[in-house]
Amino acid sequence: MKVIAAMSGGVDSAVAAARVIDAGHEVVGVHLALSRKSHADTAGSRGCCTLDDARDARRVADMLKIPFYVWDFSERFAADVIEDFVSEYEQGRTPNPCLRCNEKIKFSAVLDRALAMDFDAVATGHYARIERGSGGAELHRAVDSDKDQSYVLGVLRADQLEHAIFPLGDDLKPAVRTEAEERGLLVARKPDSHDICFIPDGDTAGFLEGRLGRLPGEIVDVTTGAVLAEHNGTFAFTIGQRRGLRVSNPAADGAPRYVVDIDITTRQVTVGPPELLDIRGIEGIRPIWAGEPLGETPVPVTAQVRAHGNPVPARAWVQGERLIVDLGEPIRGLARGQAVVLYDGTRVLGSATVDATSRDATTRDPSSLASPPREFANSAVSGSE
Amino acid sequence: MKHRAYLDHAATTPMLPAARSRWLQVSEFVGNPSSLHTAGRSVRQVVEEARESIAADLGSRPSAIIFTSGGTESDNLAVKGLFWQRQPRLETPARVLASSIEHHAVLDPVEWLASHEGAKVEWLGVDAQGRVSLDQVAEALRTGDVALCTVMWANNEVGTIEPVRRIAELCREAGVPFHTDAVQAVGQVPVNVAEVGAHAVTISSHKIGGPFGVGALILDPALTLTPILHGGGQERDIRSGTFDAAAIASFAVAVHHAVIEQPAHAAHVRELRDRLVSAILESVPGAILNGPAPASGVSPASGVSPASGASAASGASPATGEGPDADLRLPGNAHFSFPGCEGDALLMLLDAAGIDCSTGSACTAGIPEPSHVLLAMGVDEPTARASLRFSLGRSTTQDDVEAVVRALPAAVERAARAGKLTARARS
Repeated sequence: MKVIAAMSGGVDSAVAAARVIDAGHEVVGVHLALSRKSHADTAGSRGCCTLDDARDARRVADMLKIPFYVWDFSERFAADVIEDFVSEYEQGRTPNPCLRCNEKIKFSAVLDRALAMDFDAVATGHYARIERGSGGAELHRAVDSDKDQSYVLGVLRADQLEHAIFPLGDDLKPAVRTEAEERGLLVARKPDSHDICFIPDGDTAGFLEGRLGRLPGEIVDVTTGAVLAEHNGTFAFTIGQRRGLRVSNPAADGAPRYVVDIDITTRQVTVGPPELLDIRGIEGIRPIWAGEPLGETPVPVTAQVRAHGNPVPARAWVQGERLIVDLGEPIRGLARGQAVVLYDGTRVLGSATVDATSRDATTRDPSSLASPPREFANSAVSGSE
Repeated sequence: MKHRAYLDHAATTPMLPAARSRWLQVSEFVGNPSSLHTAGRSVRQVVEEARESIAADLGSRPSAIIFTSGGTESDNLAVKGLFWQRQPRLETPARVLASSIEHHAVLDPVEWLASHEGAKVEWLGVDAQGRVSLDQVAEALRTGDVALCTVMWANNEVGTIEPVRRIAELCREAGVPFHTDAVQAVGQVPVNVAEVGAHAVTISSHKIGGPFGVGALILDPALTLTPILHGGGQERDIRSGTFDAAAIASFAVAVHHAVIEQPAHAAHVRELRDRLVSAILESVPGAILNGPAPASGVSPASGVSPASGASAASGASPATGEGPDADLRLPGNAHFSFPGCEGDALLMLLDAAGIDCSTGSACTAGIPEPSHVLLAMGVDEPTARASLRFSLGRSTTQDDVEAVVRALPAAVERAARAGKLTARARS
């Protein structure tokens, strides 16, 4: 096959590219330029689009003796990922830009371009597995449960999975690093990246304030209704957040307080005890299916709501254009805008964007959701990523 | 390894064997050319012989040759150095006249002068073929506050030859120093500094078969400029730094070959280039030839309007594209747009098919910008992004040309598919 190896400049994508070459494919390395701004202010950061990373990717391609190009997707990235990120926060939701990037850039814009140019597949260094089932390509969890990235790939459709190659899904990360050393790849000891690549200093609130300006409001106690503090914008908060609230006087019982609600119209951030964060029901929008869509009959699944969160048993079904998830045990802290990814064992079934959550388990009767309880419709009892 | 067609000679061209052997020979010499002892003097002799050789080949005087690290340094030195030298004597803000199709080595220093030194820039527009209008130059020179005028001898992207002799004349009449970047012109058209009358001329070594990292600014000895590099005071105090004697000697060999072989070289690449242009216009539907039509009779693509700037020229000079039958294009240059495609997708597909070419000028970041040259010529942005440059050189063969003609139609078809996605995303 003719394969585009997406090369971030990190150790994972380097070993992934090497393995696709070993498998006998004709491989071309591509580094995605996702930012056009001067690199001077990102030096030393550990994002995925610094000058160092572009250079590392190029040098790995040299060592692997494959052609290498930089593909400029900065316009698409700015429009589809960064703008979306800002507007989601503006609307009181908590998006995951990595999912968005996989959905809109890596396995959409990049894959489409590759296919148009007669390539057959895109290979990345994600930790996940593709298995060939009777219905075609299936997405499964990686063997390395610490590194498993199937969650951030939960936005891929079956037709995209058909053209995706994840060469690292069967291995543990330490083995991948060892292999990079053995292959003499200069990125073998490079640290993993953790930050949001377009916010290299990790100051998400500062980034959002730069984009949205100061939008001051009040922090209010959920039980007393007392105003505890002022804030510079609801975008700096996420459901389930405890740190950085700058609330001076402690709660009457001395218990820590968490963000339990965000209202963008009044700019009010409500804090309260952690019990209020336990949710049992999820309503998702924009469902995306990795294979056959779920039907209107509830089926047992496993649900995961953050990249490295614990999966919980659940029942899920589709109602109209919405995905309903009824959790078998509570999840603490879930924000609107986060993705809920559904699994059957290790296999990813699909995902949806959390639109509403409920502290009560949803009724077992799907029809009763036709007019959701008020709390379900409005409450944004959600969580931090 | 299978045959590769290298068609990016405007980016750099293979080193001449004679230049290489001279380089190796001089690299064994001991002595700093600025040292006063016997060893130093013997290496200095090599530098001075090279200076004389280059001056003789390009119609200049040895004292005019200032060796630099290459085209970019020479351009920076001329633009900034002349501005700094002249500015105190002019009404502020002093103006800089520059064509809008300059190489970034001129463009960026000019913009830097505007943003940091208070220069007022007047960009000289070009017609659809990329020619600067003499009327506009004359108009811009009317007031007395011009620090310098800079217009390239020949454009690196579309190969347009500029009326530099007439521009130099206008500048002399106005008492304004005229700089021209002749990096692409040397070896392709006759370059005679005295005949053209430019005050400052940039030349580069590696574009004509010499080593990387050396070039020269040919600066009228009657003029001086404010240096960028201060130090040991070499090169009339204009360019400090120890001479790279081996590179300079090798550069002189390359210049000599470029000049004496220019007519034969031009005929060789012109014939192949014309074949390439006709074959591409024939075999790739929608292909547009950017820049002037080759004088040798290849029909221009639709959308290219006839030259208007050339009409103002008087007298005939093949070197500067003057006269009724003048060739306004470098003989080794072919530059196309393939509407609907993205240049970088085409480049990648042709690369895989064994062809090295360029989307315009080499870009360090690898991130394609639409060419400022094409935009200045009135080409719309999508068409500008759809462009590809083939530049032919000494080693180019008929086989290279045929390889392009064979590979291009399929590459264009695929790149058009990829281009549709981008167009959709942008809309």
